[in-house]
Amino acid sequence: MFETLILMLDATMRVSTPLIFAALAGLFSERAGIVDIGLEGKILGSAFAAAAAASVFGSAWIGLCFGIVASICLAMIHGFACITHRGDHIVSGVAINTIVAGLTVTLSMYWFGMGGQTPALVGDARFLDITFPFADAIASVPVIGPIYSNLLSGHNILVYLAFAMVPVTYWVIYKTRFGLRLRAVGENPHAVDTAGISVAFIRYRALIICGILCGLAGAYLSTAHNAGFLKDMSAGKGYMALAALIFGKWRPVPVLLACLLFGFLDAVAVRMQGVEIPGIGQVPVQAIEVLPYVLTVLLLAGFIGKAIGPKAIGRPYVKERA
Amino acid sequence: MPYAIELRDISKRFGAVQANKDICLQVPAGTIHGIIGENGAGKSTLMSIIYGFYEADTGHIEVDGKRVDIRSSQDAINAGIGMVHQHFMLVENFSVLENVILGAEGGAVLKNGIGAARLELQRLAHEYSLDIDVDAIVEELPVGLQQRVEILKALYRGARILILDEPTGVLTPQEADHLFRILKALKEQGVTVLLITHKLREIMASTDNVSVMRQGEMVAHRETVNTSTEDLAELMVGKKVRLTVHKDDAQPSDVLLSAKNLSQFDSQGVKRLKNVSLELRAGEILGIAGVSGNGQSELLNVLSGITPMDEGEIHFAGQVINAKAPKNAAQMRDLKMAHVPEDRHKMGLVTGFEAYEAAVLGYHNSPVYNGKILMNRKAMLDECNERMAAWDVRPPNPHLKTANFSGGNQQKIVIAREVEQNPEVLLIGQPTRGVDIGAIENIHEQIVKLRDSGKAILLVSVELDEIMALSDRIIVMFDGAVVGELDAKDADERTLGLMMANAFNEEEGVSA
Amino acid sequence: MSQAKVPAWVNVALIPLLNILLAFLVSGLVILAIGENPIEAAGYLIYGAFGYDEGIGYTLYYATNLIFTGLAVSVAFKGGLFNIGGEGQAYIGGLGVGLICLSLDHTMPLYVIAPLAVIGAAVFGAAWGYIPAYLQARRGSHIVITTIMFNFIASSLMVYLIVNWLKEDGRMAPNSRTFEENAWLPYLHELFSPLGINIGDSPLNLSFIWALLCCVFVWGLVWHTRWGYQLRTLGTNPTAARYAGIDTAKVTIWAMLISGGLAGFVGLNEIMGVNHNLLLNFTAGYGFAGIAVALMGRNNPIGIILAAILFGALYQGGAELAFELPTITPEIVVVIQGLVILFSGALEHMFKDRIEGFFIRRAVA
Repeated sequence: MFETLILMLDATMRVSTPLIFAALAGLFSERAGIVDIGLEGKILGSAFAAAAAASVFGSAWIGLCFGIVASICLAMIHGFACITHRGDHIVSGVAINTIVAGLTVTLSMYWFGMGGQTPALVGDARFLDITFPFADAIASVPVIGPIYSNLLSGHNILVYLAFAMVPVTYWVIYKTRFGLRLRAVGENPHAVDTAGISVAFIRYRALIICGILCGLAGAYLSTAHNAGFLKDMSAGKGYMALAALIFGKWRPVPVLLACLLFGFLDAVAVRMQGVEIPGIGQVPVQAIEVLPYVLTVLLLAGFIGKAIGPKAIGRPYVKERA
Repeated sequence: MPYAIELRDISKRFGAVQANKDICLQVPAGTIHGIIGENGAGKSTLMSIIYGFYEADTGHIEVDGKRVDIRSSQDAINAGIGMVHQHFMLVENFSVLENVILGAEGGAVLKNGIGAARLELQRLAHEYSLDIDVDAIVEELPVGLQQRVEILKALYRGARILILDEPTGVLTPQEADHLFRILKALKEQGVTVLLITHKLREIMASTDNVSVMRQGEMVAHRETVNTSTEDLAELMVGKKVRLTVHKDDAQPSDVLLSAKNLSQFDSQGVKRLKNVSLELRAGEILGIAGVSGNGQSELLNVLSGITPMDEGEIHFAGQVINAKAPKNAAQMRDLKMAHVPEDRHKMGLVTGFEAYEAAVLGYHNSPVYNGKILMNRKAMLDECNERMAAWDVRPPNPHLKTANFSGGNQQKIVIAREVEQNPEVLLIGQPTRGVDIGAIENIHEQIVKLRDSGKAILLVSVELDEIMALSDRIIVMFDGAVVGELDAKDADERTLGLMMANAFNEEEGVSA
Repeated sequence: MSQAKVPAWVNVALIPLLNILLAFLVSGLVILAIGENPIEAAGYLIYGAFGYDEGIGYTLYYATNLIFTGLAVSVAFKGGLFNIGGEGQAYIGGLGVGLICLSLDHTMPLYVIAPLAVIGAAVFGAAWGYIPAYLQARRGSHIVITTIMFNFIASSLMVYLIVNWLKEDGRMAPNSRTFEENAWLPYLHELFSPLGINIGDSPLNLSFIWALLCCVFVWGLVWHTRWGYQLRTLGTNPTAARYAGIDTAKVTIWAMLISGGLAGFVGLNEIMGVNHNLLLNFTAGYGFAGIAVALMGRNNPIGIILAAILFGALYQGGAELAFELPTITPEIVVVIQGLVILFSGALEHMFKDRIEGFFIRRAVA
């Protein structure tokens, strides 16, 4: 039983990692007042760019850089539409998701000709698992052993980075000048403007960070979690991250918990496949899979708590007569 | 000694509108300088130019005798100019401290600056008697204290020139008095204050000098001690043709509508309408006077069924309407109540609609405009053509988008729509706001005509002239409550003005 | 005031045309980047879509789905709602069609099944739109997020139902049994051949006619009924709607019911018209493509038909293109679709303001 739990938590960490990156990405964007349903597209774009570059250059790190750059470019398109041209944030997000879904397949067919995949990544072209010191030695110690050796040790660097990003995000958002201004822009851009700060510049910077984090999420998918790019491999993770962002009420630590919850549900769903539970029978996998979405809907409807987003979210900033 | 701030020939044009024309202004340091003018005289535009929100087309600004280029709010802040906006520029879910340091954080990491900011704020608060809990969340503070945060924000940035735009619009009289004490204290510390207002009383009570704006121009400068309310009022309005409406004495008869103890709370739980009772008789015009934002809009909304009341009841057309048995706007219309809303763009029209479509808004379910399934376009168009001719709407084109009519013609479309339904009661808010002179007369005539045909009219207007010219009876509202009622014959501007400021009782020592 | 000086054709034709041109230009650059000649590609594309009878049939078959989802998006949009859940509503609408066909195809003739299937598609699609609408109207949740979530819920629900309940016994493939032929919507080429008209074999079926009827229905409903009047009032000025005594919650809910029902008709075309069994993922992104169609068609039924045919042509021509030039995948069409959403949706102000400004200045001068 204990071992099963450790295995499931281990899986939870792996599954949650891209969600954490993407949800934090969304947090930066949405706290600055930009709705981002383009998380999905940025993850997918980065996953492709990272896998393609990693396979060409044979380095996961170079792949990561390409993934991040691709994701930032997409974030800048979103910014150009929403900030500079006061476009609808949702429409822009849908556009980006659609363009990326088509473009990744088109380009990968052109470059690699493998039915929309990239070649399998091997060796340094992937982020490999890191084993902590003494992990093997204490693996047999009861309780602590499995926790240290199996759960904490043995992940790739991006998993640790994702978890490290949570306190970093918290610090940036709540403890720095940039964070203060970013939160202010999402709540009342007029206040920021009259304080002599450029609303657009802050929002663009928030989107750059959003791009970086989505880039990490995408690169994780194709060069760490998997060994290459597959068509539509983001498979709704961007939307689930958005759900986690709402479920965590746009705050870093609750967002982390929401990602872990959603990741755990995924691990449970995999585990429960075909398992008979005494007295209940088989629980359909799909019932567990939809829980994140159902929970988010219930939260939004105010049946379980209340989700109140940043006040100025989704509205273009137009300078008005004071 | 150079002036704290000097404006030289500032002009600003928005499209066809000349908002500011060759404005010159000299403000000596350490004085309180009032700028007065009617709504739309160009005061706010001028202040926006000084604060870097707009760039002037021509002219320049000097601060302490030195020419400054103000292209952004940041430039204005650097030049020592601070501004307290009419609508506060605060982040509501931030603490006072966070709001104050926003934009002047003192370092990339908040921790470094925040301790110093706390001390500096305490010093400022002490020096200018601006006491406030710096850790309070702004949205939980009363409006008066929120304004104090705005002032602290400016002072914290080292402002030596403080601009306040209509600062008392949202304040209670006590809060306003406190504000003026603060301004005096600021002045004693050498801060120069620019006070923008349209309230004469405030100018007389608190300023050293006053400048008057009218239609985008600066028309006069006075020392406050050498002028009077009457003098300023005349300068403000210019040689305005006094409104006269030809009407006979009212012949009020039956009570058509009576409201008892109406109260309404807004979404934040603030009581916006406080136990308002009134009676409306056939054949009379009841005017509601009051400074904008003292519950008139809420009263109109509750009476017309747009917002449900929370307490009290309305007796109308044989029905009792209360919180338990509310009626919506459509049901009130069915009982023959018509409503010309205060803001035609926001409420009275759908500007994207063609005129003939907007001309049935609210009555779109009427059998006149409908066939069995589809709407009867021909009936709508025919009627619209007829009304456009009768009301002299120009251009008389029912297919023109409503947005493309001038204000006066838009208003005619709305009033025609409501009046032609032959209502028993007409609620009419700001009937001539943004309407040209010619149309004003026409609209006033129509209102009187409706009265003379035995209907009841409730008129809400912030234009005292209009209230006095049209009403048979006047009710004054202040802070959501009725504070006085008088016969139109006994009303003069002074009495009404005092009542509107809720200062009547104190000064006269009699109950209104 | 200034708007009056902009000629109508600028907004109706020039700006949409410019946006689509820009989308094609960028797509052309993509094609150029992968070493093919965009002009040649366009040639194949146009030939594939319009060059021969079967091609035209396919183009219109794709357009059928896009008309349904385009109308769905635009009805909601007219009421100020962004229905991004067309995908899920179409999916569940297909379930309704499938259930009717599976339960009646042994006993009933087509003229009984077809109307019931239409109702089934509408009711199931509408039901899937109802919950987000209710939550928005009565509980204040944001319809965009809820409808996104409902797309995923629909997807899981369909997998569960098909795999566990509707799958053909003894087979691995996740789809239902094939319907009896009396539950197939007739193909248009079959309908036309007795009349001596030969239009070439294609999946184009009776639901295309239904799609055109839906356009007429939406046109009448939105522009010529009181309900449509209320819908448009709500969509352009919610405060005026309350002033007019319009029950905004009720209009919101009905708008989404109609929107969901229209999206559900994709199931009619796909399940009853073409696949003849209930299967996974038959919606294939039509719900999202509907956004592009509605944006390009400017929420107007005629515009939607034109935009749907354009996109239908891209789908069909894209397939032809991929066949002729193997380096290009049919997904290039998805790129173009995304670019159209970007240029005519998210970046609509980029040209609009400038062009309108140009005409206003010209009119003033």
